[in-house]
Amino acid sequence: MPRRRKSNKELFLNGIFNENPIFRLALSMCPAVGISTTLMNGFLLGIAVLFVQVFSSCTISLIKDYIHPRIRIPTYTLTIATWVTVIDMVLAAYMPAAYKQMGIFVKLIVAFAIITMRLEMFACKNDFVPSFWDGLGMGLGFMFGMMSLGFVRELLGMGKLFGHDILGFRPLLFFVLPAAGFFCVGIIMAVFNYVEIVYKRIRERRWKRGYS
Amino acid sequence: MEKRLFLILLLILSITGGCKKEHPFIKKVAFKGESAIEVHFAGPVDLKWAKDKGNFELYEKPDPDILIPIKDVELSENRLILMIQAYDELNRNQEHIFTLKNIVSDGRDLGTAIVSVKKLYFGIVFNILIAAMLIQNFVFTKYLGLCVFFGTSRRKSTAIGMGITFTIVIVFASMMSWFLYQFVLKPFNLRFLQIIVFIGLVSLSVQAVDTILRKINPALFKAFGVYLVLVIANCIILAVPLILADNEYNAIESFMLAFGAGLGFLIALFLMSSVRERLELANVPPTYRGLPIAFVVAGLFALAFMGFSGMSLF
Repeated sequence: MPRRRKSNKELFLNGIFNENPIFRLALSMCPAVGISTTLMNGFLLGIAVLFVQVFSSCTISLIKDYIHPRIRIPTYTLTIATWVTVIDMVLAAYMPAAYKQMGIFVKLIVAFAIITMRLEMFACKNDFVPSFWDGLGMGLGFMFGMMSLGFVRELLGMGKLFGHDILGFRPLLFFVLPAAGFFCVGIIMAVFNYVEIVYKRIRERRWKRGYS
Repeated sequence: MEKRLFLILLLILSITGGCKKEHPFIKKVAFKGESAIEVHFAGPVDLKWAKDKGNFELYEKPDPDILIPIKDVELSENRLILMIQAYDELNRNQEHIFTLKNIVSDGRDLGTAIVSVKKLYFGIVFNILIAAMLIQNFVFTKYLGLCVFFGTSRRKSTAIGMGITFTIVIVFASMMSWFLYQFVLKPFNLRFLQIIVFIGLVSLSVQAVDTILRKINPALFKAFGVYLVLVIANCIILAVPLILADNEYNAIESFMLAFGAGLGFLIALFLMSSVRERLELANVPPTYRGLPIAFVVAGLFALAFMGFSGMSLF
């Protein structure tokens, strides 16, 4: 049975909300906990992941006919590693301060499960244009997750956004601590779960009412 | 066999042990506390000479241009022990060069002495192991390898299996990548290829461990083979070679770091799985069930592990 092909807009939005890599799929948690202390960090790593995701999705969708199925995973890994090397060198050259703060995480984009998963599930079966939109949506979803974590942690921890003073005081210094990353992710995940539970309850009620 | 091992140990200790002394008048030089160096002399030195700060120079071996400012010089009662106090904390993992100009003892000039101060090599290596295991635990203080960490910490048996497999593979993989980095990438100026080379090498070594284990010990393979696939998805296994390449560690230090990282992961998994087995019996609110509560528990562990920071055994 041929599945209905999703439109480009649906593919794009899918990555951001329904299959948000951080909060829904719970993949690539390490950077989400490790360096989401400020909004800027989240934004920069999001850009890096977006770049790698889009370019490797496009590359794989272009060369998918020439890859032997037996060696597809190593091929994906090497493709990702190539693009990570590119973004790593670009960041090191043009943004040395931010690069230093992000530390080893830029290089570790290679090991993010989310990118490999998208290549395996989508890019190797679809054409260039849908792969591009899927990669863009997933990358933006990751960026959205990172930035929302950075937003919460920087606002609550330092009272600042992008380094500018917003609140004028520090509500909860605890959130600046590296360990608070775990709490923050846990709590935001719980919020997502709560929304899902409430949504399900409303739908059930509506279904019952329609039945009676 | 035991005798040979003992001899090798003695040999290693005698090669690596202690501080060098180049001047016959100086018996012993060692770090004292966080920011001081202690010098033992063979005979009493003059107080006037010792009080002149200009007679002493101290710097770290890699950068001889940066002199470390000396705050205070103290001489003990019997004038045999000299204590040099620096303003800031000394980096005790680094070898320091200490110059004593024209040592004067009972009015006689004994010439200038240049001595190097360093920790026992065994201490440095052991510190790397402890640091990788507890102080800089890769899961709780560096936040790496979380996907696999949360995936395999549901049962104690799974956690132990994963931890042991991971330790074996990471030691194997990082030793190989250390070798390749030191003897191929560095001499040929190919450092920019390190990400590609390391990730390839990691997958290769996982495959190699898989094949070897399957042939040599099928029973063990049956128990641990499942986890081998998961090992590749763990970022720690890529992070350790990158850290080794950045810090230019030698073979023994690299082994210790890799081993410590593996053991640290094992400890983290074991702790987490013990809590999560209990959590299954607890009455957790439905929104927190599953991953969210695991994250909160991991956050508490991370807070606890912050207590290790700043610890130094030697």
